[in-house]
Amino acid sequence: MTATLTDPLALADAPLTRGRLGVAGQWAIAAVAVAVGLAVTLPFDGFKWGWALVVAAVTYIAVTYTVARVVEDRRQAADRVATAVMTTAFVIVLVPLASVTWTVIKNGAARFDLAFFTDDVKFTTAELAAQREGAKVGGASHAILGTLIVTGLATVFAVPFGLFTAIYLVEYGVKSRLARAITAMVDVMTGIPSIVAGLFAYALFELFFGPGTRSGLSAAVALTVLMTPVVVRSAEEMLRLVPNELREASYALGVPKWKTIVKVVIPTAIAGILTGITLAIARVIGETAPLLITAGVLDARNLNPFSGRMTTLPVYAYQYYQIPGTAKQAAYDRVWAAALTLVLIVGILFTLARVLATVLKPKGLK
Amino acid sequence: MTTLESPLADTVDLRDQPVSKLGDRIFGGLSKGAGVMILVTLAAVAVFLIARARPALFTDVHDQNFFAYVGPLVFGTLLAALLALLIATPVAVAVALYITHYAPKALAQTLGYFVDLLAAIPSVVYGLWGITVFAPVVSRDVYPFLNDYFSWLPFFSGTASTSGRTMLTVAFVLAVMILPIITAISREVFRQTPRLHEEASLALGATRWEMIRQAVLPYGRSGVISGAMLGLGRALGETMAVAIILSPANGYFWSLITNQNSNTIAANIALKFPESTGIEINRLVATGLVLFVITFGVNALARRIANTGFNGAEG
Repeated sequence: MTATLTDPLALADAPLTRGRLGVAGQWAIAAVAVAVGLAVTLPFDGFKWGWALVVAAVTYIAVTYTVARVVEDRRQAADRVATAVMTTAFVIVLVPLASVTWTVIKNGAARFDLAFFTDDVKFTTAELAAQREGAKVGGASHAILGTLIVTGLATVFAVPFGLFTAIYLVEYGVKSRLARAITAMVDVMTGIPSIVAGLFAYALFELFFGPGTRSGLSAAVALTVLMTPVVVRSAEEMLRLVPNELREASYALGVPKWKTIVKVVIPTAIAGILTGITLAIARVIGETAPLLITAGVLDARNLNPFSGRMTTLPVYAYQYYQIPGTAKQAAYDRVWAAALTLVLIVGILFTLARVLATVLKPKGLK
Repeated sequence: MTTLESPLADTVDLRDQPVSKLGDRIFGGLSKGAGVMILVTLAAVAVFLIARARPALFTDVHDQNFFAYVGPLVFGTLLAALLALLIATPVAVAVALYITHYAPKALAQTLGYFVDLLAAIPSVVYGLWGITVFAPVVSRDVYPFLNDYFSWLPFFSGTASTSGRTMLTVAFVLAVMILPIITAISREVFRQTPRLHEEASLALGATRWEMIRQAVLPYGRSGVISGAMLGLGRALGETMAVAIILSPANGYFWSLITNQNSNTIAANIALKFPESTGIEINRLVATGLVLFVITFGVNALARRIANTGFNGAEG
């Protein structure tokens, strides 16, 4: 660089006065890379897409660098390689993600039928006989209801808990020592591994109901521990975004503080708060480990969260994958259908969060 | 003078006045109560874990000292999580840069949405995918290759697993799981890079990559590190994917591609808990306590790094 600046003649070597590798050139290199990838891997027995992709990616980066180095200069070549690496990384990431989605849909479709949503896995002799004949019996209705009950309870506990904490942090306890302590502890709570939350809920209920206790309520408590900090964090952030002028205008009209919060602050932030809550639900609805410990598994419906084991969808998927029983394929099909249902629920919650965020946004901010 | 000043001083700042209205007292009390409950809950988590763990801490269970029991589990947990971090971080940073600085604007938002969605896919689903799709592929195509040519490295020595239920498979699946988290946080900080820094760099003739190295990466460094730490925290506590995929054995194993692997704390609890009783449960809770302490340390470190933040003078 210094040389270029001090020596005017060297300007001839500066970028933009030399050749450029155009868009067509880049596509040509990409085509060459794919061709090399196929050429190198095709001759082997049992052709593999993965290796072809790897060879093509490496070739693409190497050829891009060499060509850019010759046609352009060192700096442009580095820039092109960076672009190539970034793009390749992105494509590589898409592969497992697309694969996960495709696998769940493909394998889940086999049993994504009415019986899956109405039946459970407490089989009668007739059903077992039918299953041996290849009939599609058994389902996860009990697990779906269990998931709704447990997650619903956790939401009922965690939302007021988290929302009031956020209100305290933003509106009442500003800069107090208690508020600082709470903020720090919310951070710690965010980092609790889900299985540890499960162990806590188990130990808590064991104290009151004796060893070996399993119940939906205990699972809801475990999820509450995991969900509350997420709600606090998102609600706090949203409440802080509400401009102070709004609060002051309300106070100036003689409105008491609590009414200001209920009628002015929360409605202004409601879109963000609801989005945060929806995302928090999506986060905990797929939790498996704490539910396995606290709610356990039951093959039939139990709608009472206060006593007895209660199967949830993620635990259902785990349990019957690990212990499929004699009719292995039938059990696996149900497992994948459960996984598909779970992914669909999460996807719907996610889309809902998006929609809420745009629909409920206060008019001024749209 | 003083007589005039004091009544005024009393009324100037309304916030200093005690809350007198009943509604305010109730509402304020509720919110303060909720805040205090956070502290109580966390204290309860700690107290219950310690109380349930204590009986097993200094007692031999099945003739095994607790620390001899938890040692391999800690090793397995750290190995799996660190490997996952090692694989995921560079890719996550590249993807975050791609989304913020390379992809077309309209596309970038959609891509961001998909990455966020991936962070929410339940871990049990990743576990099922790992064991049915990923493990067979790598055990057929990759592990024999590594074993043939790199068995002189301790990581690839031994007999390659044919089922693919190995530490390396787990590390890859964990990497896929934590990648969206690291990407999401890196993306946020990269996007916040001051425009002027970027434009100044470009105006001096920097290429896009040079601009990223001069302006974006220094600014985002602390954010990327704390994102990676959060990912590490998640990988440490990840249970189901490991429980489903890994074929565990007792002891310390450096080789990543055999059927003998050190289990992780979380997966060990999930696998053993359903059929444990009495002191065995205490011992599992004690391992959970160890996990809690490890993740607590990692998260504290992450916050510390995040709080140091970007310093314009030093960048």
